[in-house]
Amino acid sequence: MSEQLIVPTMAEMMAEGKTPDILFWVGSAGSYDDRAKKITKAFVKILNKAKVNFAVLGTEESATGDLAKRAGNEFLFQMQAVMNIEVLNGYEVKKIVTCDPHSFNCIKNEYPGLGGNYEVLHHTQFIKELINSKQLEIKDSDYKGKRITFHDPCYLGRANSEYDAPRDVLNSLNATLLEMKRSKSTALCCGAGGAQMFKEPEKGDKDINELRTEDALKTKPDIIATGCPYCMTMMSDGVKVKEKENEIKVMDIAELIASSQNL
Amino acid sequence: MNYLPNILFAIILIAGIGYFASNVKKLFRNIKLGKAQEINDNKPQRWKNMAMIALGQSKMVKRPVSGFFHIIVYVGFVIINIEVLEIIIDGLFGTHRIGSEILPESVYGFLIGTFEILATLVFIAVVIFWIRRNIIKLKRFMSAEMKGWPKNDGNIILYFEMVLMTLFLVMNATDVSFQLANSGNVISQFISPLFGDNPETLHIIERGAWWLHIIGILIFLNYLYFSKHLHILLAFPNTYFGKLTPKGQFPNNDAVTKEVMLMMDPDADPYAAPAEDATDEPPVKFGASDVQDLSWLNLLNAYSCTECGRCTSECPANLTGKKLSPRKIMMDTRDRLEEVGKNIDANKGVFVDDGKQLLNDYITPEELWACTSCNACVEACPISIDPLNIIMEMRSYLVMEESAAPMELNNMMTNIENNGAPWPYNQQDRLKWKDE
Repeated sequence: MSEQLIVPTMAEMMAEGKTPDILFWVGSAGSYDDRAKKITKAFVKILNKAKVNFAVLGTEESATGDLAKRAGNEFLFQMQAVMNIEVLNGYEVKKIVTCDPHSFNCIKNEYPGLGGNYEVLHHTQFIKELINSKQLEIKDSDYKGKRITFHDPCYLGRANSEYDAPRDVLNSLNATLLEMKRSKSTALCCGAGGAQMFKEPEKGDKDINELRTEDALKTKPDIIATGCPYCMTMMSDGVKVKEKENEIKVMDIAELIASSQNL
Repeated sequence: MNYLPNILFAIILIAGIGYFASNVKKLFRNIKLGKAQEINDNKPQRWKNMAMIALGQSKMVKRPVSGFFHIIVYVGFVIINIEVLEIIIDGLFGTHRIGSEILPESVYGFLIGTFEILATLVFIAVVIFWIRRNIIKLKRFMSAEMKGWPKNDGNIILYFEMVLMTLFLVMNATDVSFQLANSGNVISQFISPLFGDNPETLHIIERGAWWLHIIGILIFLNYLYFSKHLHILLAFPNTYFGKLTPKGQFPNNDAVTKEVMLMMDPDADPYAAPAEDATDEPPVKFGASDVQDLSWLNLLNAYSCTECGRCTSECPANLTGKKLSPRKIMMDTRDRLEEVGKNIDANKGVFVDDGKQLLNDYITPEELWACTSCNACVEACPISIDPLNIIMEMRSYLVMEESAAPMELNNMMTNIENNGAPWPYNQQDRLKWKDE
């Protein structure tokens, strides 16, 4: 990667009198988590390549409050939501894309009741749109024929019934898509949801991410694809626990697309 | 004196239906102990869901084996009960097989023949269910919460159905005139020889089976309220009132919204006297620590649960050995609701504090904190029960009323409050990734 990433902020755009077509909601994980930052950058490369007129909130973005809500703190959730909605409405944002299914679900479904009405897309849905509209051309790549299994994030799949977009995007790579026994509506959670990411699990006989990694390994994949920064952490850890990190890569769909096109 | 059986029948019938009605009344009262929640949107979709999910069993067949046999029992149960209509008319008016007199012989024969085939299929299906529970010992029927009464309850229902189906076939097999007519006795003709050919003996057995059949049905009807088997009725309202919004959308708490909006309103006077109409209102309790804090829909869910355990068998926490079982959440909610109901009955219609609640006495924080909110349980339920909503309501109570979240979660939430991210990073660094 030689080129500099082009990441305009809403404030900069506004100062120049421009209006972006879409806001990229980076999310807390995408902003601060080292592994997730790579997903963020990969997605920006795709946006740049497809010449998408987008912007981010930058330092004006704050946690959606999704985590607080799932942890039982409705008050903190609504404080965060109302603050964010004020910023988003101030910039007259109409359309939002995010790489985090938790932000996606929260802004799409839980913000409207508090005055935030936007069209919200998960990045796999947006990439699918870019491919379909030929804004993004997918040339043959190293991933052709590679064995890829997709782990459905709960908040994209079951929570919002989006099972096709990530698979359609993966199919554009001409890879061999393998389904785990538990997939789509019966997919097993990676173990991070409901604020579990931030606490030790309760006493049990196994960690959830280990069980889910076993599901994935049964398909004998070269790559485990994800569409969520938290699933990324859990599945990467699971692969390490199984000592398969040298054979099997865990990659976000945005990373697969970006690297396949040498972005 | 010839009217004695008719009178006896009427008394049994009225007593059976009357006792059931009084329990249904109690059921309504208990469900209404829950908080109000208005559900009257999108009626066409709701009727459609009820038709597809409850009537059409669309989610049952997601597991083909149990789904298939369940449909046999369900269809058999519904259709064979048409026969009960004839039994009631015969019982009240002293007729014998009134249907055979009113209907053309071929139609009556076809009906009874269908009932006999279904009765046989139901019997076989029920035996298979019994084997799954008691011989194969399917894992989901062996969980910790399925010991004792829930296990017996499941078996009692199966025995009931076996006996009722047998009585129906025996009743037909020993009915001399019915066998002579030789129409509709598709199954019973093969059982008939077992009972010999003494007309008097046959008559006694036929009458015995007839009486036991109708008494058995009335007992079974009244058993429902005390059993998990209520789902045969409540599955219908339960699927009608089931959630229509995306599964990931958790309801926003309106009471919290009021407070948040007040805090965010720059014109609000923090020292203003409360509005006059608000003075008598008790402070709002956030979340749920007992059944009365849950919504009536949560409570209807609890009564509708038939403890099949599909939720628990899909729960990631349960699959990895954690204590959480969504089925147990529903069973606990119902058990506590029944306890509260009995308390009200014993105290002349008023609930007297019994020093217990749903939280801790039934459901422990350990169970609640093990949930990943992944919606697998909600997706798995064949009749649209939502255990996740109860879990979230109880978490809300733990956090907002008791400040009793696990320490790591408190840290995470403090970070969100202070710097707008779950980690202790400076908000000014949010865009740093761009240049790294």
